[in-house]
Amino acid sequence: MTAPAFFQYLLRLGDDRLVLGHRVSEWCGHGPILEEDIALANISLDLIGEATLLLKLAGQTEKKGRSEDALAYFRDGIDFRNALIVELPKGDFGFTIVRQYLFSVYSLLQMEGLTRSSNADLAGIASKAVKESRYHVRHCAEWVITLGDGTGESHARVQDALNDMWRYTGELFMADDVDREVAASGLGVDPSTLSDRWNAEVSRVLDEATLAIPKTGYMQRGGREGKHTEHLGHMLSEMQIVARSHPGASW
Amino acid sequence: MTDLRDSSTTSTSSGAAPSDSQWPLWEVFVQPPKGEAHEHAGSLHAVSAEMALQNARDVYARRGEAVSIWVVPSESITASTPEDMGPFFDPGNDKPYRHPQFYKTPRGVRV
Repeated sequence: MTAPAFFQYLLRLGDDRLVLGHRVSEWCGHGPILEEDIALANISLDLIGEATLLLKLAGQTEKKGRSEDALAYFRDGIDFRNALIVELPKGDFGFTIVRQYLFSVYSLLQMEGLTRSSNADLAGIASKAVKESRYHVRHCAEWVITLGDGTGESHARVQDALNDMWRYTGELFMADDVDREVAASGLGVDPSTLSDRWNAEVSRVLDEATLAIPKTGYMQRGGREGKHTEHLGHMLSEMQIVARSHPGASW
Repeated sequence: MTDLRDSSTTSTSSGAAPSDSQWPLWEVFVQPPKGEAHEHAGSLHAVSAEMALQNARDVYARRGEAVSIWVVPSESITASTPEDMGPFFDPGNDKPYRHPQFYKTPRGVRV
């Protein structure tokens, strides 16, 4: 096992949650109802909390003195390793909920596997994240079913969201040399081993929501190698501006 | 926005429509970690019992204040009115012998 592979792997885990956490935080003050506004803020804080721990561990693994804040605020888009699906704009509430559901099921399976990581720090982070992901899945599944099996408009909106983002789901399960290396050494989980269980769980809920599962065709990829959509740069400019305008500031 | 699911699948309490444009109101009771009785924490809006439970978790128990949550449709609660105060509660005040403190503790009994 080489440290660079584990560092890359931790960046992927951390960046998925940092970028999605920021996207969900964009709902703060804009939720459809006060209670759901708070629920989304909680999910966002859970994701950013997980990202903080994962990026801190990434910095320690890299051994170049970069803190979690340095990794979050002083890298450019090309150095981010998140999957493309998490950087897509938040869209309407239906889009946000469907994406959060699809990602949370993935995250739950991934974190369950990582509780057995040979790295004790990562296993500890995973045990915490499993509980959070389980709640996110429960909350979002309820909403997917409510909206999908709801009014004509709510059904159409979540079906559109599902159709639009389906081609970004494949990337979550694509394994490359980094994944295979960390899986072989017991540090990480090969994402391709999660897809059957993910499909089974997601299909069950989408069926109950009376939503049609889109046909699986061409799948977008590139985020794990730093090739992102145009949306990430805009998001980072907002997310990073305070830290970059006042480097070293604390509050 | 009102009820998003059709009436056959929702567990919203039946009866009159909510009095404002919000979803139906629920009362939340949380049990503190040390095993005391559930206490009223507040109220919130939700379209189903499951959503009420989740919202209660997010609004009233996200900092670890609870080990158990109850949610009850607000309209299921029958409450006394301010006019009931006299007949309901006054008669107890002038009968000190209803309180255990009225009686002297017999000698030999440890308090």
